[in-house]
Formats: sequence, C-alpha cells, structure tokens
Amino acid sequence: MAEHEFTMPISEDDVRKLKTGDHVVLQDTLFGLRDATLIHMFDKGRETRLDLDGHAVIHTAPNLKKVPVSNSFPAGYQSICIGTTTSARMERFTRPLMEKNGVRMIIGKGGLGDDSAKAFKDLGGVYLAITGGTAALETTWIERILDVDMDDLNPESLWQFEIKDFGPLLVAMDAHGASLYDAVNDQARDRRAEALARMGVES
Amino acid sequence: MKVDLEALEETAKLLYIRALKVLPDDIKDGFEKLDAAETDATGKSILATMIKNIDVAEDTDNLLCQDTGIPIYNITIGRGVEVDGIDLKAAIRKGCERATTEYPLRSSIVHPMTRENEHTSCGHRVPVITVDFSDQPDELVIEMIPKGSGSENGSFLKMCIPAEGVGGIMTFVVDKVIEAGGKVCPPTIVGVGVGGTADLCTKLAKIAAIRPLGSVCGDPEGAKLELELTDAVNSLGIGPQGLGGDSTSFAVHVETAATHITMNPVAVNIQCHSARRARATLTPDGVEIGF
Repeated sequence: MAEHEFTMPISEDDVRKLKTGDHVVLQDTLFGLRDATLIHMFDKGRETRLDLDGHAVIHTAPNLKKVPVSNSFPAGYQSICIGTTTSARMERFTRPLMEKNGVRMIIGKGGLGDDSAKAFKDLGGVYLAITGGTAALETTWIERILDVDMDDLNPESLWQFEIKDFGPLLVAMDAHGASLYDAVNDQARDRRAEALARMGVES
Repeated sequence: MKVDLEALEETAKLLYIRALKVLPDDIKDGFEKLDAAETDATGKSILATMIKNIDVAEDTDNLLCQDTGIPIYNITIGRGVEVDGIDLKAAIRKGCERATTEYPLRSSIVHPMTRENEHTSCGHRVPVITVDFSDQPDELVIEMIPKGSGSENGSFLKMCIPAEGVGGIMTFVVDKVIEAGGKVCPPTIVGVGVGGTADLCTKLAKIAAIRPLGSVCGDPEGAKLELELTDAVNSLGIGPQGLGGDSTSFAVHVETAATHITMNPVAVNIQCHSARRARATLTPDGVEIGF
C-alpha cells in the first residue's frame, strides 16, 4: 500500500501504476460535477470549454456564495462547503467522461460498478474514495473556485477548483480491474446466510 | 399559549442551519462506541476522519456535509396552544427559505420532472411539514431534519405476505443493507417500519431512522427485533463507507403499527452517519434549542 502525490493532470502510465489500497494526495487542479452536469454533457450534447484531459473529477455540488470577481474569487464564487455525493448514480457516465474528455481519476463515495471498472481497465483510470459526509474537512483542502461552466445548472455546474493537499484518498478501484467495493460486497453476500441464521431464519 | 409567528419563523431558520452544523450528542457518543470496537484498519481510519470532521465543522463554524438534504419539519403541538395552521406552515416555509437565501445554503430541491431549482430549498409540498399533537401543556416542539439524499435513496418497501412471517421482514432488511452497501454513507441508522398500510409503514421507517441513538421501540416485539437486526447487519462486514469493517450501522431502529390480516408490510429508510437533527421547544417562557 503505497503513498502517492500527484500534481494534476496525470499521465496514463502514472494512473496505471496505482493499486487498490494505495493512498493518493492531489495538488493543483480538480473539477467538480454530478448528475445534471453529466446528463447535459452526454444526454443533451452540451460541450464544455473546460479541458478535463488527464484530470480528476469529483462527484460534488457545493454550497457557495456569489461575490464580486477578484483574485481570491476568480469565478465570482466563494466556497462555503464542498463535499462529495454518492457516485453510483453517475455510473453510466464514467466511460464517456474518459473517452471524450480524457478524465483519468474519479473521486467519490460509495463506489462505482462493473462498467466503470471495465472503463478504468480499458482506458487507464482509477476511482478514489473520499470519506463521504466529511465536507467541513474537505472544504479546507480547496483554495479557490477558479472557473465555472454550464452555470445555468447551478449548483450542478461544472466547477474548476484550485486544491492543496487534497486527500489522503483511497484507491478503491484501479486500472487492473480490482475493486475494494466488490470484495466487501462479495464478503457480505457470503455472510448473509449466517447473519440470518443468527436470528433463526433459514435461507 | 398563543404562538409568536415571528419567533416561529426565526426558529425554523435557525434550526435548519444549526442542524447542518452540530451533530447531536447521542450520535457523537455512537461514533465513540463504534471507534472503540472497530477491528478493521480501513474502517478505523474512516471513522477517525468522520470524527475529525465533526470537530472541524464546529471549529470552523461550517456545515458537516455539503448535502443540505430535503428539509423536514416535524411539529408537535401541545395542549392549550393557539395557532392558525395555515400561518404555522407559512412561517416554517419562510424560515426554511430564509435560511437558504440568507446564509446562503445550497438549495437541493428541484421540481421532480423539470428539475428546476427555485434556490429556496422549497418547492411543491417541500419543506415536508408534519403535524402531530401531545398532551404537554403550553408547548410547541419543532424538530428539524435535513435528510441527506444518499441515505434517502436507500429506501425500500415490500408488501410481504403473512406466510413470510417475521423471517420475511428480517430477510428483507438484511438484503437491503447489503444492496445499499457504501452508497448510503455507513455507519448508518437503519430505520425499519413494520405493519400499517404501505404509506404508514414507510412513515414508520422514517420515524425509526431519525430516532435518537439509545432510544428503544415502544413495542416490546419491535425492541427485540431491533437488537437482533443490529447484531445481524453488523456481522456482514460492510463497514464505514462500504469499504469493510464492523461498523456498518450504529443501530437498527424499528417502529411498528397494527396491520391487516392479509398484510405483512416492511419498509426500510436509512439515515447516514451525518445523522443531523435539531429541536426547539416554544413555551410561554421563550424558545429552548436542543436536539
């Protein structure tokens, strides 16, 4: 279980070196998106002017305050609280995000499914688990909101964050087909009969 | 007691913001207990991050979680309380809206089909306002729950048949906890409704999910089921965030209601580890804020 630090963007070679159980800290740039952003990008054909190639995206929609544009608030937004949403709803967008936009890392909570695992393997990508529900802490890793696109979808716009020491994040799905979520889920299914037997239920 | 509508509106606003920032003591105690018993290294490290986040939120006066949830206000009206029902609902809605625009909070509420966001945390029939009555004299209690969506998406109903018995209920709960995995932000409180009609059963599951840790089902059969199910779900190894460990749930809570001879309904409603709630009691002496 190695520790890694990357200044984004990251190369395919570097992302393929990561293994489940490794810890990662990211520097510099991170993009935020979620349900509506992805629906508009891939179901409604909207293009973004932001370059996600080689970058990490986080499944998020922040709490923000509108402020005048300045060096501290280049997009006219002050961050109040930025955290992570459940990734499973975004499952079908992993492959197109990687194929079309070149995304290499997805940060989220709760994990992604088989199609994403295959996309990570085919195209070179990883899923990084953050601790869901710890947004107060996560907010302290974000320096500024640098840019925003598709802001008519606010708060589900496409956000560009400047980050510092973002992590540690756990590599929970890697480019070799491994998924910590699958391992835990398989174990839970194996233990199901015993859990029911404890209550006197036959299965 | 005549209810001061301005105080009510202000309280509705304050409770939403406070609930998002400060976890109740019973949940903090729950974290300590899980942390002391957790044997998995990943699980333990995730619990440590969650506990740290509770401190960071309080130290930086920030929200615990970015999800401002679906706002729910549970109102309990005591004896001798005078208030116009329409005014009461309007004051609560206004307080919820002001919390969102004045703080400002992320409005997480959209029209279910157009997905249009009014940026007020309000919409048709939201905030959810429930009204009940108690025999306490001169007292109006407001409980505010910003119900997180990740765990609310972990909601399930099954109209079991009588022949499936209590075993059918137990099996359903265990299967849904496995299915929900890490998506519902474990460690969770698993709320289980047993009996009633389909809608009452689902409502019971929600009441169970938001009950304080340490509270026990008033029905002895339900209380027994709580202990058995808590033990069973925590034997599955799902753990914090679904990444493995002993701490899958703080507890399974059960609420029951009588049902029909042909029916055996069971519902599950899950509360995430950011089990936020805030409470205010309005009396002739003023407003008391707590959990």
